Amino acid sequence: MTTVFGIPLPAILGQLMLGLVNGSFYALLSLGLAVIFGLLGVVNFAHGAFYMLGAFAAWIGLQYFGVNYWWALLLAPLAVGALGIVIERIFLRHLMTLEPIYGLLLTFGIALIAEGVMRSQFGASGKSYPVPTLLRGVFNLGFMILPIYRAWAIFASVMVCFVTWFLIERTRLGSRLRAATENARLVQAFGINVPVMVMLTYGAGVALAALAGVLAAPVIQVSPLMGNSLVIVVFAVVVIGGMGSIMGAIVSGLSLGMVEGLTKVVYPEASNIVVFVIMAIVLIWRPTGLFGKEA
Amino acid sequence: MRSAWVVYAVLIVLALVAPFIGLYPVFGMKLMCFAMFACAFNLLLGYTKMLSFGHAAYFGFSGYVTGWLMTVHGWGAVEGLLAGVVTSALLGLVIGAIAVRRQGIYFAMITLALAQLVFFVCLQASFTGGENGLQSIPRGSLMGLVPLANDLTMYYFVLVVFIGVYLLIRRVIDSPFGQVLKAIRANEPRAISIGYKVDRYKLQAFVISASIAGLAGSVKALVLGFVTLSDVSQGTSGEVILMTLLGGSGTFLGPVIGAGVVVTLQEYLSDLVGAWVSVIIGAIFVVCVMIFRRGFVGEIQRLFVRP
Repeated sequence: MTTVFGIPLPAILGQLMLGLVNGSFYALLSLGLAVIFGLLGVVNFAHGAFYMLGAFAAWIGLQYFGVNYWWALLLAPLAVGALGIVIERIFLRHLMTLEPIYGLLLTFGIALIAEGVMRSQFGASGKSYPVPTLLRGVFNLGFMILPIYRAWAIFASVMVCFVTWFLIERTRLGSRLRAATENARLVQAFGINVPVMVMLTYGAGVALAALAGVLAAPVIQVSPLMGNSLVIVVFAVVVIGGMGSIMGAIVSGLSLGMVEGLTKVVYPEASNIVVFVIMAIVLIWRPTGLFGKEA
Repeated sequence: MRSAWVVYAVLIVLALVAPFIGLYPVFGMKLMCFAMFACAFNLLLGYTKMLSFGHAAYFGFSGYVTGWLMTVHGWGAVEGLLAGVVTSALLGLVIGAIAVRRQGIYFAMITLALAQLVFFVCLQASFTGGENGLQSIPRGSLMGLVPLANDLTMYYFVLVVFIGVYLLIRRVIDSPFGQVLKAIRANEPRAISIGYKVDRYKLQAFVISASIAGLAGSVKALVLGFVTLSDVSQGTSGEVILMTLLGGSGTFLGPVIGAGVVVTLQEYLSDLVGAWVSVIIGAIFVVCVMIFRRGFVGEIQRLFVRP
């Protein structure tokens, strides 16, 4: 058997692939965080909770209403995104003039509420979501076995990331969004409805988190606390990538997922903390993050 | 200012007689531990405007250190507590040195992430007892003279520690050092341009705050006799923020009152409503941020104290 540093190659590739799946969720989540932060200046602590709500929406849809996976992929982000819009209108909008830490604290409270409600309704234990029939089975790549669903999850996340990047960096809508990030008042003066744009942006960022939740539902256990520690890892990813950069969020999400996967092979005890350690090193070396611009 | 001293005198008399008029001493001690924790946190949020989202790391980790030294190595109470404080000061120095490189929201995210690192270390290290935590930690005695096993003796010991910490924090805030912290809070770029090495002041404040948070955690380990993973978790970091915010950040007495309200709520609600506790805590968070940003003491000051 081929080995690298005494570790069998299939084990490395297998963990790398698992890491890439996690990394694609990191990428989706940090992308949403970066988009929301860019326009609202809010660090959305509830991002992990919205990811959890997305997964639960898919699970509830299947259990109680017979909504299949493909519809869930569309409907769950819409429903959770709508919830995000309501939260933006009722709460976040009124904090726009205050310091950004209040947005962080508010969304932390909202995350606690969402997790508490789901836990009292559905218990703390994990629920399993079946892999859709179309995506069952495995690819045999010769050197490793790749479950089709994992390949799909990576493919779908990367596509969504790319589309989002394209929308923001290469379209007219995106240029308005970026302009509003720079100077909201001026953009408003040009006759663009900035408050509506802010509201929809928050909804879209939240919907991305929910989409990640639906994509993750078949590979992990759906539970009220699934987003709780994930959001902290995603924060670290965002700090590493530099918060202002869309591409930075995507690239660092994917690569940190793989680093985490590799650590699982080399030194499993450190796999939970490797992202935080990398964050500390990056901060010492480059305080603005790898792709960050501002001082 | 005279009225403030009257308030303090009444509070101290109340605290002295409380165990005899119906306060369960262990509950009173738990309250004081969290009040110390919140006061330490307030030093950062209230006076330097640094939101540390990972203060449970110092609170919990020093609790583990004290508990481990006293259980496994038979250390006394004073040495155990001191070791806890020193450990959390060092931890605060390392984390603070990394975190003060960024401001505002980034500072919060970095302290949160590094605290999560400490959490995972506690989960996997052998001396913390992993998922079980440390159980039946002895209270030991003060230099071998005064045994602390008795709840009432322990209560007065914790009260002395608490008053000492409170006076220390007041002293720090009122000192020239504290004035610099307030200057940083008011206008950081200006403080830099005047010539203060802002990062150094922030780091010093961070280490003081982490040490006191550690002391609170160590005392709590002795009082309750156990340390669990929840003491180092982000939930505890969130609670201390809520205590400070609810009582009034940037006020002396606010964090104490906030800690009292939150600990009491948890004590009585957890039996009553189960998982809804976190919903209620979350809702208080939302209310605090939306309409009650000054907190109890801040609102009272605004009503009664004319500027």
